[in-house]
Amino acid sequence: MSLFDHLVIFPILVPFFVAVALLFPSLSNSLLRQRAMTIIGNVLMVIIAFVLLFKVKQQGIQVYALGDWSAPFGIVLVADAFSVLLICLSAILGLAVTLYASAGEDKNGAFFHPLIMFQLMGINGAFLTGDAFNLFVFFEVLLIASYSLMIHGGGKQRVQVNIHYVFLNLIGSSLFLFALGTLYGTLGTLNFADMADRIPQLSSNELLITKSGALLLLAVFGLKAAMLPLHFWLPKAYASTSAPVAALFAIMTKVGIYSIWRVHGVLFGDQAGELANIALPWLWPIALLTIAIGAISVLASQSLRVLCSNLVIVSVGTLLVTISLNTVQATTAGIYYLLHSTLVCAAMFLLAGVIQQQRGKAEDRFVTARTMPQAGILGVTFVLLAIGLIGMPPLSGFIGKALILQSVTNASQAMWIWPLILGAGLIALIALSRAGTTLFWRTNGENTTVLKGHPMQYLAIALLVITLPLMVIFGGAVSDFSQLAAEQLKAGLSLQQLNEVAK
Amino acid sequence: MELVYAICVGFISACGIFLMLRGHTFTLVIGLTLLSYAVNLFLFASGGLTIGAPAVLNGSENYADPLPQALVLTAIVIGFAMTAFAVILAMRGRSDMGNDHVDGTEPFDRLAAEKKS
Repeated sequence: MSLFDHLVIFPILVPFFVAVALLFPSLSNSLLRQRAMTIIGNVLMVIIAFVLLFKVKQQGIQVYALGDWSAPFGIVLVADAFSVLLICLSAILGLAVTLYASAGEDKNGAFFHPLIMFQLMGINGAFLTGDAFNLFVFFEVLLIASYSLMIHGGGKQRVQVNIHYVFLNLIGSSLFLFALGTLYGTLGTLNFADMADRIPQLSSNELLITKSGALLLLAVFGLKAAMLPLHFWLPKAYASTSAPVAALFAIMTKVGIYSIWRVHGVLFGDQAGELANIALPWLWPIALLTIAIGAISVLASQSLRVLCSNLVIVSVGTLLVTISLNTVQATTAGIYYLLHSTLVCAAMFLLAGVIQQQRGKAEDRFVTARTMPQAGILGVTFVLLAIGLIGMPPLSGFIGKALILQSVTNASQAMWIWPLILGAGLIALIALSRAGTTLFWRTNGENTTVLKGHPMQYLAIALLVITLPLMVIFGGAVSDFSQLAAEQLKAGLSLQQLNEVAK
Repeated sequence: MELVYAICVGFISACGIFLMLRGHTFTLVIGLTLLSYAVNLFLFASGGLTIGAPAVLNGSENYADPLPQALVLTAIVIGFAMTAFAVILAMRGRSDMGNDHVDGTEPFDRLAAEKKS
């Protein structure tokens, strides 16, 4: 086997080895060397992710059996179009976050760079894994890194918010294990492909137990994805942590969404026999309510970071709508919107960090303050990102929302979805224009004491902002690939197919 | 055997959940530990309960399912690390905020206030 055959496991191994290397004294003693190493590692990750993307596009689904143990007994990694797309997303986000943090944010506490790499390892692992127990393991890897990252820099408020975040997620992990035990008890396997084969063949007395296990999993993933009513932790957590960490966390809710798609959209999807689409009756009202509550919270936000966190909740609701529509077209739209919303929210969090730094004591709260030294460039970026967040042309938010609205074919569903999504867009428009006016125009006097933005910070924001027009220019390619991802996801993968691909 | 086992797991989880519903980090940590014990026992039982059977398939008709044992091992390690983190975080919260309530401030207790006055 050549090295190229092992490509599937690289998105997990590269961050892991970089993180371990960063802990050795020769690297951990010098912040400069740490920064260089992390940035090189992340550039490498972007390259690997895109090579993997092209490989999947040309050769179809890639399966990697660890230690060459075949599927139901050994551990497998499955790289289909959906997971490689998300790996590309996490690689780009990881690069932007490390560039931003290298401007000085990483000085506020120890081990920032290794933790970022461990977090990326967990995220990539969760996207690639082919069985439910390893999904749990990678969830724990990314969570324990996120616990420490969230508290990075310290401070009373971060500690207090972190207590909520950590304990909620620990309870979530216990529930995850209960759900896995329940499913293993009836199905006798935790491999996704094998589970998909066995779910339709369950006997009638096992149905109820399996159903309770599956719905328990929905609650666990819902907690990670911040769907109603499990979203209360998110605004405070994202708003009080440091900017690069908040930007990286923009993809964390999407890990929950991805898992819901994988488990409740496919395993318990159309082909699940008696248990087909058991989560849909729950998801449908929850999705709509998540959008509504998120939009109301957007209007009530008092600072830019809280506003942005609430926009994350709105985007989670929108994605849940596309899951509950349960068609290939809606899934395609959802995948496109997922890419867009992660990038644009992350960019807004980074921008909020620079704005906070340049406004001194006023931070990013919507109050009158002195002018920012670099208000011009920050203002232009703010307008671009606001256009993306609202979903106005010409940026990718418009295409994402248009695809979602177009995928609603049923009139009774359209009656609910169209007004809610368009209304949420209008509310975002009002809230963001009010925010922009206060931050940039309601000023008194010059401010000369605060630091100007570091070029690395602008480079990181530019990297994310540039992806928005690129997703429009290459919109055809991106939506074609999203469609491939949606088709592969909806078709599912049986154990036999999995083992054939593995050979 | 199954009934006794199920009652034990249920009782431990109930105790854990009761303790977790308190508002203080100390009881929360204890509750979480109990719940993770319950989870480990639950996972262990998910492969079916057998007595005196080997864990590896060495040709014998009667064998214990080895997979839940592997799962429990992983779950114990992860649970232990997470509990250690939670304890350190709780201590940090106690020293930073001066009390061990999860919200950082003790809620106003009307009954206690009336008793005092």
